[in-house]
Amino acid sequence: MRRSKYERPVHLLSDNDRPRLTTSAMIASIAGADQPTRAAPFGHALARLAEKDARIVGLSADLAKYTDLHVFRATHPERFYQMGMAEQLLMMSAAGMAREGLQPWVTTYAVFASRRAYDFICLAIAEEMLDVKIVCALPGLTTGYGPSHQATEDIAMFRGMPNLTIIDPCDALEIEQAVPAIAAERGPVYMRLLRGNVPLVLDEYGYGFELGRAKLIRDGRDTLIISSGLMTMRALEAAKTLQKDGVDAAVLHVPTIKPLDEATIVAECRKQNRLVVVAENHTVIGGLGEAVAATLMRSDIRPAGFRQIGLPDQFLEAGALPTLHDMYGISTTKVVSAIKGWLDT
Amino acid sequence: MTQIGHNVSLPERARRIRRHALRMGEVQGQGYIAQALGIADVLAVSYFHATTYRPDDPEWEGRDRFLLSIGHYAIALYAALIEAKIIPEDELETYGTDDSRLPMSGMAAYTPGMEITGGSLGHGLGIAVGMCLALKRKKSKSFVYNLFSDGELDEGSTWEAAMSAGSYKLANLIGIVDVNQMQADGPSLGVLNFEPLGPKFEAFGWFVQRVNGNDIDALVKAFDAARHHAGEQPRIIICDTKMAKGVPFLEARERNHFLRVEPHEWAEAIRIIDAGVQA
Repeated sequence: MRRSKYERPVHLLSDNDRPRLTTSAMIASIAGADQPTRAAPFGHALARLAEKDARIVGLSADLAKYTDLHVFRATHPERFYQMGMAEQLLMMSAAGMAREGLQPWVTTYAVFASRRAYDFICLAIAEEMLDVKIVCALPGLTTGYGPSHQATEDIAMFRGMPNLTIIDPCDALEIEQAVPAIAAERGPVYMRLLRGNVPLVLDEYGYGFELGRAKLIRDGRDTLIISSGLMTMRALEAAKTLQKDGVDAAVLHVPTIKPLDEATIVAECRKQNRLVVVAENHTVIGGLGEAVAATLMRSDIRPAGFRQIGLPDQFLEAGALPTLHDMYGISTTKVVSAIKGWLDT
Repeated sequence: MTQIGHNVSLPERARRIRRHALRMGEVQGQGYIAQALGIADVLAVSYFHATTYRPDDPEWEGRDRFLLSIGHYAIALYAALIEAKIIPEDELETYGTDDSRLPMSGMAAYTPGMEITGGSLGHGLGIAVGMCLALKRKKSKSFVYNLFSDGELDEGSTWEAAMSAGSYKLANLIGIVDVNQMQADGPSLGVLNFEPLGPKFEAFGWFVQRVNGNDIDALVKAFDAARHHAGEQPRIIICDTKMAKGVPFLEARERNHFLRVEPHEWAEAIRIIDAGVQA
């Protein structure tokens, strides 16, 4: 619980007794200080793809610079459409363009696509299986701006929408690979976007994105972490730390949330009776965790344990991202301590 | 521009559209028949004077796109599509029944000639904006018509679309708004006052005309002016129509958004239409 707004903060900047993290310094990137990154992988991948595919157009709702679509705008100005800060129109006009044979790539923030434009995605796009790709920045807890910008429930909302494919990529490499893959598949897609300087993680594991496929990135005897999006990055970091303490953690990356690769999830859980931990950058309600739980129950699988790492069912606080990731348990250190605690009990 | 039946007059087309709609209404015993009777003249001019299409090829690339934003007006559009020979006339007896191609709310996946899925109101004009932008990319000469209701003026999405159409100077967009002054909860202006409507669209950069939507001669002139207007701007025809037009005993009903009609009254309504009785 936040303290009352009539209570002053414990420390002031002028106290100068310790370094203070600010919200704005952490807006642009989720990358750690020494992490390798690639700049605007989505914008560059789309610009490259558009060279080969004349159907592709890009649409923005006054956020091109903040969704990396500005890269596409610079290379293909005549195929860039500024729809204004009007997300309902953004989705409707994309539907109209798709009806005429174009492949619109629609960008905004995940909060606005899910909360504000849901009806327009549902009826104008998904119900008609139109070939519209919706790519949205600031998924889950990737900004410290507070609930107005934190799309903590976007996957829960979109999982309920028939026909819609949902992608939650982990890093720059996966975004680069996912763009041509989802372009090649006809139909509506919602992809969560990591923007700006995006960490590069999966190259180390020889990973390749396949639409609709979960992939075991590392194996381990003691626990199986099933994760999506940036939480796969956290899970891989956590697994390295756990290894030093003698805990052998497997990581199964599930970038396609819907349709879910139930066969691979079931096979991995059957392979060995381990603690299953689902980690997601999303509320624990209605996301990957509950999807996996339902899959296991339907398949009569009873793992050694089932736990969720995810955001609480709350409107989250404002602040610096590292502070908030610690507070809500999705930082690497919190993932490590949670898993250790579960394995010890 | 009409593709078929130059020898049939527009008033006769409108009469037949009303007749088809009444026959479909009779299948259900109730429905949005007042809207269909009110918009029949607009549809007659749209399908038999203004728009270009091929009845045997509803998705022909060169056609004008006619979007029905108002899902519950499907009964009216089906009547026009039957008259235009895009849908066979004998299917009207399936209206709103299981396995029909004519569901009560208009959906693109069900019906030849139905360009979009309506029903969640306030979608049509924005979809039209996207189609117009795409048609300009394709250097197409086709127009996009979007028929929407005065109730849809309540929706913010309609105004997002109106502003962008003006901003993009979409001269290939022709909006048709049916001002029949009746919404689900009662008279439209009492639900939410959208007047003065013409000046609103003018302020958004549109070429605006306002006509009696049950006056076929006035409609012909307005559609011609909309198509031939020289300005690089979207066009709108505001059509003031009368709910249940052409069947005086239905026109007289106070709340006629969703009409209940007694079984014996359908035949009477059709008799009045066939006799060419105009109120």
